[in-house]
Amino acid sequence: MSRAVDIFVATVVGLGLWQGAVWLLAPPPFILPPPLKVFETLVSSRVLLAENAWVTVLEVLIGLALGVVLGSATAIGLAMSDWARKVTMPMLVFSQAIPVFAIAPLLTLWFGYGLGSKIVMTLLIIYFPVTSSFYDGLSRTDRGALDLARSMNATPWRTLWHLRVPLALPSLSSGLRMAAVYAPIGAVIGEWVGASRGLGYLMLLANGRAKTDLMFASLLVLAVFTILLHAAVNRLADRIDRYATGA
Amino acid sequence: MTAPPAISFDGSLRLGEAQVFFGVSFTLPAGAWSCVLGASGVGKSSVLRLIAGLLPEGRFDGRITTSDGAPLDGRVALMAQSDLLMPWLDVRQNVTLGARLRGTPVDVTRRDRLIDRVGLTAHAHKKPGALSGGMRQRVALARTLMEDTPVVLLDEPFSALDARTRNEMQDLAAQLLRGRTVLLVTHDPAEAARLGEHILVMEASGATAVAPAPGQGPHPVDAPATIAVQMQLFDRLRGIPA
Repeated sequence: MSRAVDIFVATVVGLGLWQGAVWLLAPPPFILPPPLKVFETLVSSRVLLAENAWVTVLEVLIGLALGVVLGSATAIGLAMSDWARKVTMPMLVFSQAIPVFAIAPLLTLWFGYGLGSKIVMTLLIIYFPVTSSFYDGLSRTDRGALDLARSMNATPWRTLWHLRVPLALPSLSSGLRMAAVYAPIGAVIGEWVGASRGLGYLMLLANGRAKTDLMFASLLVLAVFTILLHAAVNRLADRIDRYATGA
Repeated sequence: MTAPPAISFDGSLRLGEAQVFFGVSFTLPAGAWSCVLGASGVGKSSVLRLIAGLLPEGRFDGRITTSDGAPLDGRVALMAQSDLLMPWLDVRQNVTLGARLRGTPVDVTRRDRLIDRVGLTAHAHKKPGALSGGMRQRVALARTLMEDTPVVLLDEPFSALDARTRNEMQDLAAQLLRGRTVLLVTHDPAEAARLGEHILVMEASGATAVAPAPGQGPHPVDAPATIAVQMQLFDRLRGIPA
């Protein structure tokens, strides 16, 4: 309950500062629109905002799911095969030297203006954090646990599934938390580079037409979605942690 | 369980440039408790790992043989200082971890009987986080017994427990592991004196046998013979010759 009060107070103070700046500096509305104007736009353009938000939400969720699945699979592959580690590791390190932003135009060229290129962008931006944190956990399995498994004549894959993966779940969940922070960034960058729909596209459009109030409204919608996504992923990550620690 | 073999160990271990131990040679008699006592870093855990078929770091020159000539592979169960219980599994699932890791069916009757013998029937549904240190080691003991191997290797499994719990665990382990070839590695002279039916003091230069208290272990803590052995072992650890 006190958390809800905190959030309410923070919102009121934030809106107050915003409105205060508008009164004090009296900037033209296309530089800094007053909060009420943004709220009006939020209501009047709700259909437009919802349509574009839906596209961004889809890109983020699909990209996030694919990135987590692919990242986890890569981590398991790296943990299980020396060969995969030798071949893939340099490739992964090299790929991380390229800023994902820099290849966004290429992705648009390859995957088009639609959902595809944004999903790939989101996937790429979270793939490495997920892979590296999960692999880190998998490669640091307690030696005692591995000794125990070997003395029990365990097979490598059963050891992986019944010991190493559960023991590494907290590492995977910290990768998940990071992924939730990065995923919306990936989708919005993808939309900036080339899109016909989505909140990032709407922001650029509004900006170009000096409809700063619409841009602010889009930003607010994106922020609310990002906060909800963080909250949901954190809950999931907490559940994973509780399972792994037996709490 | 098949008949327990005697195990002979003879060899040296190098770790890089350093000689961990040289020419350590001893025999663990079949079906009895042997204790290897030594200071930290003398390589006693490496001896245990070698017998368990787990390669320690470093290079081992020597041989480990059994009285029945059969390899030890698959006939050894391991219990360490850390209970190594998996936090997401309950007591029953932890006890049957071996079956889970091999993909073999679980003998439920045997599992429940062992949980009962370590006195944890009332806690069988709990996860390790809800158990005390002593209870957790009892689960680890039940898991070791569940493997039903003729050879059991114990690497200071009781050293993290408080004095009273340690004493109870020693009694329980001695009782439940009777008839198997047991190797207990410890740095505690009192533990070696109490449980050893065969005692070796290990130094970098080799392992020397010390006569244990007479009869089958566990030897009573307060028996003069046990205390005498304990004193003698303590002197050996301090470098005072017998």
